[in-house]
Amino acid sequence: MDASDIAIDPLVRIRDLRVTFRIDKHNSFEAVKGISFDIPKNATIALVGESGSGKSVTSLAILGLLPPENTIIDPKSQIIYGGRNIVGMPGSELRALRGADISMIFQEPMTSLNPVFTVGFQLEEVLRLHMGLSGAAARKRSIALLQEVGIPEPERSVDKFPSQMSGGQQQRVMIAMAIACEPKLLIADEPTTALDVTIQKQILDLIAALQKKHQMSVLFITHDLAVVGEIADRVVVMRNGEIREQGPARQVFENPQDTYTKALLKCRPQIDRRPARLPVIDDFMTGDGRGPTDIPERARGLNPGDKTVLEVKNLGKSFFSREGIFGKREFKAVKDVSFTLAKGKTLGLVGESGSGKTTVGLTLMRLHEATTGEALFDGRDILAMSPREFMQYKRRIQIIFQNPYASLNPRFIVGQILTEPMQIHGIGNNAQERTELAFELLNKVGLPEVSFYKYPHEFSGGQRQRIAIARCLTLKPDILICDESVSALDVSVQAQVLNLLQDLQAEYALSYIFISHDLAVVKYISDQVMVMNEGEIVEIANSDEIYRNPREPYTKRLLASIPKGWHPGQVRA
Amino acid sequence: MPIDTALNPSAAPPREIPHAVSPGLWTLAWRRLKTDSVAMVSLAIVAAFILLMIVSGLGLVAKDWAKEVGINYAPPSWITLGATDAPPPALPGGAAEPSVPAGPTPGSAFNSTVVDPLADVIAELKGGKPADAGAAGADDNKVVDPLADVMKDIRSDQAGAKAGPAAEERRATLPFGGDKWGRDIIAKTIKGSETSIFVGLASALVAVFIGTVLGAFAGYYGRWVDDVLNWFYSVFSSIPYLLLILAVAAVLQQKGTFTIVLILGLTGWSGVFRLIRAEYLKHKGREYVMAADALGASHSRKMFLHIFPNVSHVVLVQLSILTVGFIKAEVILSFLGFGVPVDVVSWGSMLNEAQNELILGKWWQLVAATIAMATLVTAFSLFTDALRDALDPKLKGRTSH
Repeated sequence: MDASDIAIDPLVRIRDLRVTFRIDKHNSFEAVKGISFDIPKNATIALVGESGSGKSVTSLAILGLLPPENTIIDPKSQIIYGGRNIVGMPGSELRALRGADISMIFQEPMTSLNPVFTVGFQLEEVLRLHMGLSGAAARKRSIALLQEVGIPEPERSVDKFPSQMSGGQQQRVMIAMAIACEPKLLIADEPTTALDVTIQKQILDLIAALQKKHQMSVLFITHDLAVVGEIADRVVVMRNGEIREQGPARQVFENPQDTYTKALLKCRPQIDRRPARLPVIDDFMTGDGRGPTDIPERARGLNPGDKTVLEVKNLGKSFFSREGIFGKREFKAVKDVSFTLAKGKTLGLVGESGSGKTTVGLTLMRLHEATTGEALFDGRDILAMSPREFMQYKRRIQIIFQNPYASLNPRFIVGQILTEPMQIHGIGNNAQERTELAFELLNKVGLPEVSFYKYPHEFSGGQRQRIAIARCLTLKPDILICDESVSALDVSVQAQVLNLLQDLQAEYALSYIFISHDLAVVKYISDQVMVMNEGEIVEIANSDEIYRNPREPYTKRLLASIPKGWHPGQVRA
Repeated sequence: MPIDTALNPSAAPPREIPHAVSPGLWTLAWRRLKTDSVAMVSLAIVAAFILLMIVSGLGLVAKDWAKEVGINYAPPSWITLGATDAPPPALPGGAAEPSVPAGPTPGSAFNSTVVDPLADVIAELKGGKPADAGAAGADDNKVVDPLADVMKDIRSDQAGAKAGPAAEERRATLPFGGDKWGRDIIAKTIKGSETSIFVGLASALVAVFIGTVLGAFAGYYGRWVDDVLNWFYSVFSSIPYLLLILAVAAVLQQKGTFTIVLILGLTGWSGVFRLIRAEYLKHKGREYVMAADALGASHSRKMFLHIFPNVSHVVLVQLSILTVGFIKAEVILSFLGFGVPVDVVSWGSMLNEAQNELILGKWWQLVAATIAMATLVTAFSLFTDALRDALDPKLKGRTSH
């Protein structure tokens, strides 16, 4: 698709869209600040931005789904669809438009489907409401739709409940519902963010295929530029409610004009490079806007002389669920896992959901009781010792959780969060020393000392993850388990946290067990990578080695599904 | 850190750096509450009632509520009629009440002309001799009046009382009316409010305390602790409420304000238990508790330092819901006669008296008790609703996607 034929008769024309949220009587917040763009017919347009960029608000405005009690859409805003302005359209007309002409796929398929009805019933309901189909005709069409989105055995699956399907299948059902009435515009709001990489790949391919087949337009909303590189015709980059750049995908990816776009493209770890420090947004926004150049590559990988800090042998963990009155069924989440962790090195742990990678981390922390196996730390098995004895070792092995919004107690100020572990373990002789140490650690993780007196809710996600890191550092651990620690963060913030983790590793010779589903991030930060599937180790090797020549078919499949981003003829600076 | 300095009182205070005090959840909730005018009016009313309770409990107002300042059933009137220009203690409303001074203690059996109820029978037994109540104790026929000693006591008491302040002047009307004994209704209502609010608050505290502690243990420890406590709860809640109250009353063996508090407290904890248990179940799986676990925090630290502040808003809302409920429960119990003893006045006992008075057309005691109760309960309920909205955890931190 060329830039020239875009302007002619687009499907949706958005002009000067301005959305403001009322917070209370006196304060309001402008989420979208007068943006204009077109959604062309028969094309995929990607709306890219980090959290708070206004991308989801924009999509909800197109659907007329913004809550009227606290939103003000500027009356001069225009969302022209089929010659009519959606802004200010009465509710009944909007409802007719939704579902029939414009439909939407949400981020979480697990919560978007009603769990008490079969998927067939929910599909038929859409067909009844918008297409006037009934009975056998609706059922036949539902089965055809399930077939189209690639659900196996559609005749049987139509009577399944959502809970009987996997996450990927549920998202397929959502897509079937969205395309049921052959909409002209499909809005997909982060449709793959909650899914594993292999499933993400399938869903992206499905959306692309359906777009071609039905000649519809797709508005694809995402925070991940790499995802849209494969499917988008046009890209719109948003930040803080404004459009920073828009244009054909080729132009945005190959020759980005805006510094923010450049930064976004650079700060995500790439699979084939490993700069010593990831560039962050600030590097681009300050100075000449070209960003840092000539960053030396960092060498990763194990050396023969590395000292072992932790040796795990035959680790196993089973969960039991009750079956019948007396019976119980065993579910082996982790089977016979053995590895060693070297001092000052990073072991990356990758796998899809349900692979047992998180269970390994929690079992090593003894947050789960191990069923079998041992973990030798300084020659002592930390899994077998008494809780009292383990307290000495708890200091030395710490964990950073995935969600920085959930892992900090909302009722503690940061000072309390940081001094509590010191109190428990008797670090520092008195309050004064502990406070000083807390100030020092806040500086270390790049937060001002005033943060000591603030509550977690006053910080952004990246800052909260820094607080969680500082909390672990109070105990001066040898091993830090990072359980999806950067997965919930925006790309730019993720780069900052990864840089921080590497700086700390260099300074304190920390060993990391880095658990993630994001293969690019794991590749970037790890010396050694362990691939897990269904509780077992598939492959374990030096990270450069495993990405260059994967041995096992599963690893190959996993690596093949990494979003490649924009690869036109593989030209790369 | 308050805990820290408490442990090391000798340590030098930690270095302070200049900072603005960050609003915690309670501060934010209070700010939200302040914008709600209904909540603030309700809070003012509730605070006024509680202040009244304290002032009355300290004896600063309504101390001599039991003094018979007016005539019996003095009607409400704002025009002060002195005792002198009042008509002789005629009975407005034409009740067939003897116009003699009331009994010495307000609660005692209302009786003015002391007549031995058995006198006639005894006389008959003695063979038609004219009954002489004074010498009916014992005689030749060995017919003994069992009430003789009692009657003697009553008579001597009455003589003593008559010699006392009985001659004090009493007013024909009172601003808000008088009750059966001529006690000022407004003072009586204040005293009744004291009892009712105290019972409501104290029993809600007892119930919330029991429910929170048991719920915290059941939810936090799970497994057999949870099973045992759940069985206990199920057995407890399978007994009809009124029977349970009667059973507790029977075990405690005495009537009194304290007994009512215990009865309501010991029977009302089950709802709180269920809620707090569910909250602890939810919170113990949260990442911040797992993080505390990973840092080596003990069970009690996790339960009370980490989780409790995060569920305390639920406790507070439960406390106010239960207070309203128990104020009403006390009224019902006293109305049914299981409540406060006769020498204590509460809204319930006032309403209990009012059912007889209403037949006689004496409406003022009913109205006073009803208005006081309705005002407090309505204000308290509205405040509870507003409080729940202000503490809505949805607003704790804006998460983005």
